[in-house]
Amino acid sequence: MTTPAPTTHVRPNYMLIWLYLFVMTIAEVLLAFELPVARNLKLILLLILAIWKAMLVALFFMHLKFERWRLRLIFLVPLPLAAILVTTVIMEKVF
Amino acid sequence: MQTSTVTDAMRPPFPAEPGAGVYSNKLGMWVFLASDVMFFTALIGSYIVLRFGMASQWAQPGAVLNVPLTGLNTFLLICSSVSMVKAYAAIADGKKYFLRKVPGKRLQDGGLKFWLLITIICGAGFVSVQLVEYIKLVGEGFTPSGYREGSLLAEHALADPVKYGAGVAGMYGSTFFTMTGFHGFHVTCGVISMLYLYFTKVLPEKYSPQDYRGIEVIGLYWHFVDLVWIILFTIVYLI
Repeated sequence: MTTPAPTTHVRPNYMLIWLYLFVMTIAEVLLAFELPVARNLKLILLLILAIWKAMLVALFFMHLKFERWRLRLIFLVPLPLAAILVTTVIMEKVF
Repeated sequence: MQTSTVTDAMRPPFPAEPGAGVYSNKLGMWVFLASDVMFFTALIGSYIVLRFGMASQWAQPGAVLNVPLTGLNTFLLICSSVSMVKAYAAIADGKKYFLRKVPGKRLQDGGLKFWLLITIICGAGFVSVQLVEYIKLVGEGFTPSGYREGSLLAEHALADPVKYGAGVAGMYGSTFFTMTGFHGFHVTCGVISMLYLYFTKVLPEKYSPQDYRGIEVIGLYWHFVDLVWIILFTIVYLI
């Protein structure tokens, strides 16, 4: 098997990503304590913001956006397994 | 998403190997991170099950835990993640130095030594703040086994169990200290690893633009630790 050609990509704007993360953290704290939002909606919005921030770190700081799909699979495969684990345990408790 | 110009094209830190298409150190770190995802998922998953099964045990957000302080700590960790990736970009450009004057610019240009030191300082700062937080919480009576009898929090919980939770059974305390404790342990290991690399490889300038595997591998670990904290901060402190 031949050595794969090295991948190159344009450098992301890391300071812009930092700014996005900072603004979203402020938004999360404001949403949790200041904004008059219904509890269930607040829960969903907070989780969306958290996952969005995590995705920014994974895609741009860990350079997952620029990696080969085989490497992305290594990171992505545990996620549905984790979701199955949590769902199964919750369902066991419910029933 | 704004990106840099074509002249900022990034080279990989080491030639890829056949198979996965990356060098083995990086593949090993990614496989380890995948296992760590499962580890933290087990903790977070059990927290979700316990919390929704016995919601009365938990205090309302901000009642017991210091959210502003932890928000600042979160910001510190995010900054350390940025400085880590700046360190990675610096060595990719061959900037092995600490700081260097740039002609025509007021600010000096940071190299690998500068940015990695900032990362270590921010990481150590995070662990220190968390330790201070733990000491304060235990002092107030919030322990892994529940609110300590006769403590301030125990009195608050008796007076207002909705706001402070019926924490005497220890569910709130044990889940909090387990999740944040394991994360803090990961951060501590990361700081120690970076210190080791700093003194053995970075200061003697053993990394080069052709081989800076150690920086990329420790960077991946550090960003993962930040990623986990982003999730933990939201579900433990804000919900």
